[in-house]
Amino acid sequence: MTKPNAFSQYPDAQGRFGEFGGRYVAETLMPNILALEKAYEAAKADPTFIAEFEDFLKNYVGRPSPLYFAERLTEHFGGAQIWLKRDELNHTGAHKINNCLGQVLLAKRMGKTRIIAETGAGQHGVATATVAARFGLPCEVFMGATDVERQAPNVFRMKLLGAKVHAVTAGRGTLKDAMNEALRDWVTHPDETFYVIGTVAGPHPYPAMVRDFQSVIGREARAQMLDRIGRLPDAAVACIGGGSNAMGLFHPFLEDEDVRLIGVEAAGKGLDTPDHAASLNGGEPGILHGNRTYLLQDEDGQIIEGHSISAGLDYPGIGPEHAFLHDVKRAEYVSATDDEALDMFQLCSKLEGIIPALEPAHALARVRDLAAELGPDGIILMNMCGRGDKDVPQVARTLGVEL
Amino acid sequence: MSRLSATFARVKAESRAGFVTYIMAGDGETADLLDALPAAGADVIELGMPFTDPMADGPTIEAAALRALDNGMTLKGTLALAAAFRARHPDTPLVLMGYANPIHHFGYANFAKAAADAGVDGLICVDLPPEEDTELREALANVNIAIIRLATPTTNDDRLKAVAAGSSGFVYYVSTTGVTGMGKGAATDVSDAVKRVQTATGLPVAVGFGVRTPEEAAEIAAGGADAVVVGSAIVNANHDGGTKTALELVSGISAALRAAR
Repeated sequence: MTKPNAFSQYPDAQGRFGEFGGRYVAETLMPNILALEKAYEAAKADPTFIAEFEDFLKNYVGRPSPLYFAERLTEHFGGAQIWLKRDELNHTGAHKINNCLGQVLLAKRMGKTRIIAETGAGQHGVATATVAARFGLPCEVFMGATDVERQAPNVFRMKLLGAKVHAVTAGRGTLKDAMNEALRDWVTHPDETFYVIGTVAGPHPYPAMVRDFQSVIGREARAQMLDRIGRLPDAAVACIGGGSNAMGLFHPFLEDEDVRLIGVEAAGKGLDTPDHAASLNGGEPGILHGNRTYLLQDEDGQIIEGHSISAGLDYPGIGPEHAFLHDVKRAEYVSATDDEALDMFQLCSKLEGIIPALEPAHALARVRDLAAELGPDGIILMNMCGRGDKDVPQVARTLGVEL
Repeated sequence: MSRLSATFARVKAESRAGFVTYIMAGDGETADLLDALPAAGADVIELGMPFTDPMADGPTIEAAALRALDNGMTLKGTLALAAAFRARHPDTPLVLMGYANPIHHFGYANFAKAAADAGVDGLICVDLPPEEDTELREALANVNIAIIRLATPTTNDDRLKAVAAGSSGFVYYVSTTGVTGMGKGAATDVSDAVKRVQTATGLPVAVGFGVRTPEEAAEIAAGGADAVVVGSAIVNANHDGGTKTALELVSGISAALRAAR
């Protein structure tokens, strides 16, 4: 039996994780946010809702995802055992769909007739379009014009799934601008629209709700570890952009204080350059997109664009619960560069026959160090949150290979 | 009596609606435009503080914010513009409008002091709803700067109580669900809402979002608004034709408002 401690009891009634989180939205959205919170609290306590969610997770998403002992990576790194939670095997190829499924089921329950979402590289857009298609709800996805150009296959996938893709030219045309535009759409059509946010950020209740839907990752992994090796890992590791896969992995372990929780941010070209997306390691607390959290910003409080080779980590903020866990030191936040991620992308493909997404390839770079640090008696659990098929063209380009 | 209260009392005595003009600090020749606005008929001036991610604004204000930032405008620069305006115009209320992060980064108490030193009368912070503005509101109250809250078509009577509590100066009624510059709400709906907000808050109500022409401004005024806010249209005129074009629009709307009741 684990004893409940303070860490898992957040957020408070105001949607705060310590001094982070909250509801920093325009007045037009406040009634919506409050109605969503109420509807979510009711759904969460309704066994019918939970049963439907779990049924779709099993039969549509393909859960539980396996826990896999990465023997050859373990051997190669020469230290602790490396266990991979295989969330890249989910339908649509990443953890994103866990959350989309939960939110779209909630939208249906609330009688909403229209789904919107923001997306960066397109993974969350594809997952949202997928679930919206399954439930016959019209879906509109906001995507930065720059990303639309770069991610043509995902744009086509979303269209194939019946979604309308808006190329956002406002601002600088990236993920944060897509999120601004989705918020503008929501403010304009508040009654009929459900906004499916893709990460553990945004105004309360999104950070808690997305975390809850993603916590299936950590719950499964925790039980699988106990079942397979009879003990919990020494560390649970995941990459972090907004932080939804990491929060989903970490949350069920928050009360297991012997389990180190390690989030890996994108260091881009290096934390000593302006080109990174490490909000915790290189940012300061601020207010954006409905919550108070760590942000990349300049001396005037203007938001700075993140950079990472991985479009999924390329966001100037981070979920407020991570900001909290960072400040209270329950979790550790480190980083990995573009080059390290590229190396791990290739290494994991060759040694394990698993082409990882560039996002979890970042996590793998720190798993390598940690394996050496913990030694052969150590056990590391890493969330393989997405598969790398989407990244193949970009990695080929970066490596100078013509396809 | 504060400049805002005095101004609303004066326009009421003149049996007309006040005219609130919005411009973005750092977009074009802001200092000259600010200086000329009172003579062109502006009763209250809203000075936009540029932010990279203006989520509640439409494309016009967003583009203006990005131009201003590209021109090097900062929060400190905006406060300097306000101070220069105050030195030449002792009576015209000046309200800053923008988003929380630059103010948060500056520090709420530091900002309150600097804004007071610059002669600022009020603040509209779009992404600080009543639930989140306590710390800033208290800092501003210490220096007698009004926190002007937004009410919208989705603000029900319960929320109106929250909006009213701690509000001062005036209430900004957002005429439509949407972003700035889109097109205003139907006149009868707006008129009904204005009465509802006036009753609930006991404060003057200024109506904005999507009011573009002298005719639209006059229609809103005829519906009982204490003031009409025009933003995107002035920002557009300023960007397209410069200070002179912007001032022509301001004069035209001001004349229509004076003739309206």
